[in-house]
Amino acid sequence: MEFLRPSTLVEALEARSAHPDGVPIMGGTDVMVELNFDKHRPSALIDLTRVPELTEWGWTATARVWAPVSPTPGSSSTCRAGRPRWPRPRGRWPPPDPQPGHGRRQPGRGLPAGEAHPPLLATDAEIELASVRGTRRVRARDFYLSFRTTALRPDELITAVLLPEAAGPQQFAKIGTRNAMVIAVTSFSLALDSERRAVGTGIGSAGPTPLRSEAAEEFLEGEFDWEDGRPLSEAVVRRFGELVASASRPIDDQRGTAEYRRHALSVMARRALSWSVTDYRKGSARCA
Amino acid sequence: MRVNLNVNGEDVTADNVWPGESLLYVLRERLGLPGSKNACEQGECGSCTVYFDGVTACSCMIAAGQAEGREVRTVEGLAEGTGKGGDRTLGVVQEAFVEAGAVQCGFCTPGLLVQTDDLLERTVGAGLGAPGDAEIREALAGNLCRCTGYEKIIDAVHLAAGRRAEEAGSGS
Ligand code: FES
Ligand code: FES
Repeated sequence: MEFLRPSTLVEALEARSAHPDGVPIMGGTDVMVELNFDKHRPSALIDLTRVPELTEWGWTATARVWAPVSPTPGSSSTCRAGRPRWPRPRGRWPPPDPQPGHGRRQPGRGLPAGEAHPPLLATDAEIELASVRGTRRVRARDFYLSFRTTALRPDELITAVLLPEAAGPQQFAKIGTRNAMVIAVTSFSLALDSERRAVGTGIGSAGPTPLRSEAAEEFLEGEFDWEDGRPLSEAVVRRFGELVASASRPIDDQRGTAEYRRHALSVMARRALSWSVTDYRKGSARCA
Repeated sequence: MRVNLNVNGEDVTADNVWPGESLLYVLRERLGLPGSKNACEQGECGSCTVYFDGVTACSCMIAAGQAEGREVRTVEGLAEGTGKGGDRTLGVVQEAFVEAGAVQCGFCTPGLLVQTDDLLERTVGAGLGAPGDAEIREALAGNLCRCTGYEKIIDAVHLAAGRRAEEAGSGS
């Protein structure tokens, strides 16, 4: 097994292209488990922690550019008014926050439990993919194809995640046995966009891929008072929760039963909606 | 493969490293530092926690080659004194764990010590006062203990935080 240490993005893309069977490694939450338990012996490990272009993030005119790999927990935690609220990292690598470069949380693997995915779906984020052939962008909503399969091609790396400027409240909720280091039993994300009058949802750990509930989005777009954000009736909130739950396709596993996941999703959806409506009324999407 | 890194302030070299092995394996099996424990090897339990370039990390989740040129501090580096056969006394956090009865089988202890040290650095060390129960529980949420039930561990962290604060007060 070779160990490659590219120090620029160009070198990283060349290494990726030369080693289609190689595995890029950053936070290691997925890759190292496979190696430690001898489940996978890739021909090469491509260490991305030394590629400066992949460890930075910043702002552009319309989007927060979120480099997919960040070795320092906390670099994605800086939160400003109006920006998406990510669960906060707690200093430890792998951090429990959704930094997509971190193994099972990264969009490249597309695991349904990855915590980055629901917010990416809800906010209609774009994922930038690069290879020696060039760079392209794919909407998160088109990225997850089937279980463990994404639009990422074998010679590509994720070079950025672009989050649209938030135009309303954004929420992420997760059910897990503790905040650190465990993947969610199930998770949910909600984004209200006051400019486009659009609702975005994202469901984690409750289907073969991260999912949206388009029915819940359409329903809420019609019911929500986009002018003043008046409180919704209990019936509307309940219906929203039901629609979210019915979009999920969970299974029973060691973390929870399908039935529990469906129930938990309806509860999280109702809560996320209530928090969002309150925030919307206050006219400010404060930072968590 | 050869890996050069700095461990507990000393430049060290590990030879014959298989590229797929973990930093935890390098520390324990190649550098003779068995303090960091291997309990799950999958980033769940925190027993292998070390400082990696100043940030606490699960060393079982770091590939050996990723440690090239990096600074690592293990539980062995928490003891005061400079080592190398010299007198090594326990650090404040270690002392507090012993006194509070926070150690039973001890397998989780090295990780908890490093994580507690980090918590106290970020709180008392940064002049922010001692952490409360909720903050302690959150900081240690990634460290599993199958023996103590955690209560004595929380006591130990309070004890260590108080002492660090005293030290900081009398030192200035
Ligand atoms: S041994 Fe590394 S987290 Fe358990
Ligand atoms: S003392 Fe035994 S696992 Fe914590």
